[in-house]
Amino acid sequence: MSELQTAPKSRRLTELLLLVLALAVGVGANMLVGLDQDRAFDQDFFVQGLTLVGLVLAVHIVLRLRAKYADPIILPIVTALNGIGLAMIHRLDIATGDTAAARQLMWTGLAIGAMVAVIWLLRDHRVLRRFTYISLIISAVLLMLPLLPGIGMELNGARIWINLGFATFQPGEIAKITLAIFFAGYLSTNRDLILLAGKKVGPLQLPRWRDLGPMVVAWLVSIGVLIFQRDLGSSILFFGLFMAMIYVATSRISWILIGLLMIAFGGFVAFQLFPHVTARIDSWINAFDPEVYNRIGGSHQIVQGLFGLASGGLTGTGLGQGRPDIVTFANSDMIIAALGEELGLIGLSAIVLLYVLLVTRGVRAALGTRDSFGKLLATGLSFTLALQCFVVIGGVTRLIPLTGLTTPFLAAGGSSLLANWLIIGLLLLISDAARRPAPSGPAGTGHPPRPERGAKRQGAENRTQRTTEVKQP
Amino acid sequence: MNQAIRNTWIIAIAMFALLFGSLTVVQFFEADDLNANDWNSRTLYKDFDKNRGAILVAGNPIAESVPSDDEFEFQRVYNEPELYAHLTGFYSLVYSATQLEAAMNEELSGNSNDFFYDRILQLFSGSQVEGASVELTIDPELQQLAYDLIPDGMKGSIVVMEPDTGNILAMVSKPSFDPNDLAGHNTDEVAENMAALEEVAGLSPFTNPATESLLAPGSVFKLAVTAAALESGEYDADSELDNPAELPLPGTNVSLPNFVNGGCSARTTADFSFALEQSCNTPFAQIAMDLGEDAIAEQAAKFGFGESYNIPVNVTASQFPTGMSDDLLAQAAIGQYDVRVTPLQVAMMTSAIANDGVLMKPNLVRTVRAPDLRVLDSPKPEELERSLSEENAQLIQQWMVNAVDRGIANRAAIPGVEVAGKTGTAELMAGSAGNNSWFTGFAPADDPEAVVSVVIEDVELATGSQLTSPNARQLLEAVLNK
Repeated sequence: MSELQTAPKSRRLTELLLLVLALAVGVGANMLVGLDQDRAFDQDFFVQGLTLVGLVLAVHIVLRLRAKYADPIILPIVTALNGIGLAMIHRLDIATGDTAAARQLMWTGLAIGAMVAVIWLLRDHRVLRRFTYISLIISAVLLMLPLLPGIGMELNGARIWINLGFATFQPGEIAKITLAIFFAGYLSTNRDLILLAGKKVGPLQLPRWRDLGPMVVAWLVSIGVLIFQRDLGSSILFFGLFMAMIYVATSRISWILIGLLMIAFGGFVAFQLFPHVTARIDSWINAFDPEVYNRIGGSHQIVQGLFGLASGGLTGTGLGQGRPDIVTFANSDMIIAALGEELGLIGLSAIVLLYVLLVTRGVRAALGTRDSFGKLLATGLSFTLALQCFVVIGGVTRLIPLTGLTTPFLAAGGSSLLANWLIIGLLLLISDAARRPAPSGPAGTGHPPRPERGAKRQGAENRTQRTTEVKQP
Repeated sequence: MNQAIRNTWIIAIAMFALLFGSLTVVQFFEADDLNANDWNSRTLYKDFDKNRGAILVAGNPIAESVPSDDEFEFQRVYNEPELYAHLTGFYSLVYSATQLEAAMNEELSGNSNDFFYDRILQLFSGSQVEGASVELTIDPELQQLAYDLIPDGMKGSIVVMEPDTGNILAMVSKPSFDPNDLAGHNTDEVAENMAALEEVAGLSPFTNPATESLLAPGSVFKLAVTAAALESGEYDADSELDNPAELPLPGTNVSLPNFVNGGCSARTTADFSFALEQSCNTPFAQIAMDLGEDAIAEQAAKFGFGESYNIPVNVTASQFPTGMSDDLLAQAAIGQYDVRVTPLQVAMMTSAIANDGVLMKPNLVRTVRAPDLRVLDSPKPEELERSLSEENAQLIQQWMVNAVDRGIANRAAIPGVEVAGKTGTAELMAGSAGNNSWFTGFAPADDPEAVVSVVIEDVELATGSQLTSPNARQLLEAVLNK
């Protein structure tokens, strides 16, 4: 791991310069949206622009004070994404007469505030390890909430919302984080046991039955979400999150195989038993069948999204010049289609590249940090972002069935914004821990012996890591 | 553990790679197919948000786009809608575009290649490309006069054309309709209006009868037979033609008569002039049988039969049947059986004769102008072909003058002007009392300024002849007084 040591430079100035660039993209996009409607510099524009600038600069200052060595690229990427999302939502508001952009801006403020609180109060992500089992309980409660009569509510066929009176909220988005904390805590504590026990069959080291417990829990959670909340997207997300984390914890392919078998089984049963899953698959495969297209809840939405993407082509129609408002849920589930229509393949590819960079920076933090809890958490959260992008964009482009997930930071939706900014807060903290110069002391921390450089075998690596961990304070 | 993290990253990158792939497929490789999909309303929306160019007559817009406060940015508005309905057609969300709105769509919408640089500019400036305006060759006074000359409730068409340029000065049809009813953005309302229009007898909002309806021409087709006879070299001005009262049709037990009450019965032989003046049937039936089907068909083709044109609206090809037995050929020679012409085709045939044998391409568009008034296109007169020799054309001109001077087309006569003309009466299907009543002619005969072709469909003989030759006279007078 020594090769991952970075020079102890804070790079906050780099972050500031990149932030100026990111804000220019977001505010500039918003200006173009207004320009097209001959109302470039109205009150909305200044309120939205200045709020975003103020919020992001506040985060920058907090990072200077509390997490000086945090990754300098993560915040600018997320700022750019959030700004582009705001501009597109504002643009769709103009077409539809909605006020979603104002709500989105309010939620952005709330989310950034929450993130700042997390960074300020937590200071070090390892504190969260203490809340491993509390996280599990919180996750369970969060996932149950929408099912409770009274506060739980059903929207568009999925029961994943709760009504807070002044707003609606998707607790599942937050459960994504608490589940990641639980898995990271549980796996970092128990991986020795899980690794050592179990039979070897051929090249595969099979786990013991009792160690399969958490995986079964994860599987049950996913299936439960699918059955009771009818939310295929979140179900995939939760299970994918756990699979990635258990693989990172054990480095064993056998776990992946078992997981895939469980997914295949669960998916097949769901396809057979649940009409909403069957309908999704049907709308995916037979999207251009007139009967499926005209059916209520059929493939109309996805086909219209494809038309939007196609009409954008390579260069896009330009912001404000297309008709993305024709697609249902254009500013949330289908915002990728709206962006693809007006910014084209080139613009949309740039946006997807931002996600690639973001995930890569998250993984970089995982590689750099010294504790296995941080590694697991950073990898899990980063992978969740990647998987969510894959499920959403893959669904919109008909690579996989369309499920109702939001595109992180871009799509209108407060819960999703809050959860994703909190994820960014955690990734910033972990990256800060990874890049912060080791306190001068015994040569153990951050400078382990280097036998694994030559010995690339996984077993060897695992063994060294365990030694490292024992030395953790 | 780090190796597993790296592997996880590789999986994430692989997922993103798949996304780039599927985005490229949708936005690049499949984009054209998706854009052409019938369910895709975007192309339509795109067009309806454009400031479409106007269609102008003598500088005044007969169709224009005005800012709209509904979900689209512009509303297409038709001024003097009924007068020009068949020319402009309509620009509808539900029924797409017809006639000039369709034929000149590239120019009107600003999509033609002339706008290439404007579109590049638009890409950077974000401004909208405005469409070009299209000025027509139509003369508004003649158009209005022609329209008024067809009584309401009758079905008919009138074409006025310059024989030496092919420019169309007036082109009207009745019954007409209001294209504004079909250009609205409320699709339910438009569908209701369309249903109501389809109830109107004799009206199809989608077609222009002057260029698209195929009618039996009756005796005006004798001009084509006359041309075929002269061009064959077997006949000339002095040819003596048999003119029996009845001509037995070979292979049948019926015979083809001359018109019982007409002047034909005065002579049993006739020259071309007399046969045309009185519109005798038997001489032309005999000529056709002697020359054969091919010679007549060839001459008809030289007048433009069998071809469709874009002027720029589509003109349906007129038909002369093939593979006829002699008895059917005899009937075809007098414009019956399956001979079918558009009113414009009759005007084209007449123009070729009036223009000393040269057929000009009919044309509706005078200039196409960019929004900055730069002329993008101004069609030059285009010669389609030589239909007959100059001498033969002049012979027929003289005979047509005689038909007006002393023949059955005399109601087209204008004092002091040599008017040339030919009438026609086509019997419709058995059981119908109606006829298609025709007149086609031009004036002045020695240097024609305009060809006028009139058809009133499905009327009684007496009414029809009231409405054709006298109306043509009024139009020719109007042209000459300009």
